Amino acid sequence: MNQDRRDFLARSGKLLLLTGAAQVAFEAILRGEPAAAPNYRTADHWWGMIIDVEKCIGCGNCVRACKEENDVPREPFFFRTWVERYHVQEGDVEPPDVDSPNGGYDGFPERYRTNDGSKSFFVPKLCNHCARSPCVQVCPVGATFESPDGVVLVDKTYCLGCRYCVQACPYGCRFIDPRTKTVDKCSLCYHRITKGLTTACCETCPTGARQLGDLKDPKDPIREFLRTHKVQVLKPQMATGSKTYYNGLDGSVR
Amino acid sequence: MESILQGVEGYMYPNEMELQWSILIVLYPYITGLVAGAFILASLERVFRVESVKPTYRLALLTALAFLLVAPLPLQLHLGHPERSLEMYLTPHTASAMAMFGFVYLWYLMAVLVLEIWLDYRKDIVQLAQTTTGPLRHVYRLLTLGSYDVSAEALHVDDRAGYVITLIGIPSAFLLHGYVGFIFGSVKANPWWSTPLMPIVFLFSAIVSGIATVMLLYMAIARLRGMEIDMRCVDTIARYLFYAFIIDFSLEMLDLIHRIYEADESFHTLDFMVKTRLYLPHVIVQIVLGTLVPLGLLALTQVVKLTDRARRGTYAVAGLLTLVGIFAMRWNVVIGGQLFSKSFLGYTTYKMEFATREGLLPAILLMILPFVILWVLVKLLPPWTDEKPGVQPAA
Repeated sequence: MNQDRRDFLARSGKLLLLTGAAQVAFEAILRGEPAAAPNYRTADHWWGMIIDVEKCIGCGNCVRACKEENDVPREPFFFRTWVERYHVQEGDVEPPDVDSPNGGYDGFPERYRTNDGSKSFFVPKLCNHCARSPCVQVCPVGATFESPDGVVLVDKTYCLGCRYCVQACPYGCRFIDPRTKTVDKCSLCYHRITKGLTTACCETCPTGARQLGDLKDPKDPIREFLRTHKVQVLKPQMATGSKTYYNGLDGSVR
Repeated sequence: MESILQGVEGYMYPNEMELQWSILIVLYPYITGLVAGAFILASLERVFRVESVKPTYRLALLTALAFLLVAPLPLQLHLGHPERSLEMYLTPHTASAMAMFGFVYLWYLMAVLVLEIWLDYRKDIVQLAQTTTGPLRHVYRLLTLGSYDVSAEALHVDDRAGYVITLIGIPSAFLLHGYVGFIFGSVKANPWWSTPLMPIVFLFSAIVSGIATVMLLYMAIARLRGMEIDMRCVDTIARYLFYAFIIDFSLEMLDLIHRIYEADESFHTLDFMVKTRLYLPHVIVQIVLGTLVPLGLLALTQVVKLTDRARRGTYAVAGLLTLVGIFAMRWNVVIGGQLFSKSFLGYTTYKMEFATREGLLPAILLMILPFVILWVLVKLLPPWTDEKPGVQPAA
């Protein structure tokens, strides 16, 4: 009897404790903290992104969300992601007219007429998370590196601020954060994707023009998309192993 | 903010509007080039036994050291976190050209230049340690590193060792400055920089600028000390300057012609840039004033028989213009390479500041500093082995 009671108390105690732990874990999941993805293994993932140029409406949601989520300086020359508007004249492909007022942060004011034979479209840009990154190659101390799951990251406590990587990026994706005097760039919202969430820009894109994808996950829709669409990367001649795939990319885009 | 957006023309990627590398990074290859060039001139005497340039041998070595000591300072000043720069040595990223440069620099400074100077001066240092009075005596005693043996055998060993070090030093000097060229030439994202010719163009321009500096310093110091300028020496140096300059100019023109003829995707952008924003520093200062005029002047001294006085004047003008031209070349590479967008659709402007960390003022101070160091070095280790004016020092 005595034994039973002790047993009962021990069991109830464990149950209470476990329920409490589960409760804490669930709250953590809701907050999007590490407990939400305790089993994240870098070796199981290989991140990339698809951008559907046809779907982008130039609303600038992604730019605003990125700046908000990642505390990017608000000045118009610091962007982890930005949107460009291309305007190509009929029969006159080169050079295109390109603008990106405030990186597309405030959207795009009407500028071009639609019936003059020209075409206009928006191209979102971000770090291409190259598999053979020129920026990673040149960093003198290895402060910028490719993570095993295919994301190019920066260790801000290690960066010298020499700016060599900024020079080496062919896409203009890097800048020096004036507050920390270290380099900054798109981290593919690493703090989110390792918890099973998508990036801030993909989350807020109203048309699904940007989609994060795990190229190692056979069930990820990105695999199907890449199989069924003719995609292109930016500046393929740079041979950087870019993992940002554009669908419907016009030849005038650079 | 407005100031950054001003001067932007066409389309630049938003992150590109601010220039990353300032005038300080222009100084870095300029100063390193002077080091390499001065050393190569010094090694002419040592390895190739060009006796006539002997009066400048020690001066060239000290000049190289003075500039080499300053070479990392502009880089250091430019870093966002200078306090972390030692990480380049402690945890280098071996794939990085910049990280490896640190080792090339250290090798060159410690294993080549300092050692060669020490060996060459050892006899003088021992003598000075024994004759000098006052606190300087302790400095010289320290410099002897405890070795007071100046017997004939010991000096012979010094001489042999010095010879071997110079032998190693020549490829090291080539490496030092060729490597600076590689730091730029290997950036594939930038068509203005990305060419395999870059290291060799840098190297020859370095030789040109180093020779010009030592020639001018020699003439200036001789005048200051009331010594007669050894014309045989200056004539020889000027001839080497002329030859090196011809190679340098040919390489640069080869690069230019190749670009114009190939006219790849970046050509339109670069061509436009050279004809507009870079017209003054590139075409006028670098090519015409800094190359063609001094080349013409040097050629003149080779074909026309001029008086000593006229030759000295011509050399001085040619030397000064050469230094201006090579500085313009560094400027056009470093700053020019950042004035256009990697989208090839737009241009920005470099707005040099004055009394800021990366402004003109620190740049000027950094250019004066090597001369101050050189003055101290010359006081400490007089490069003249003979006090009689105009007399060749004993071999």
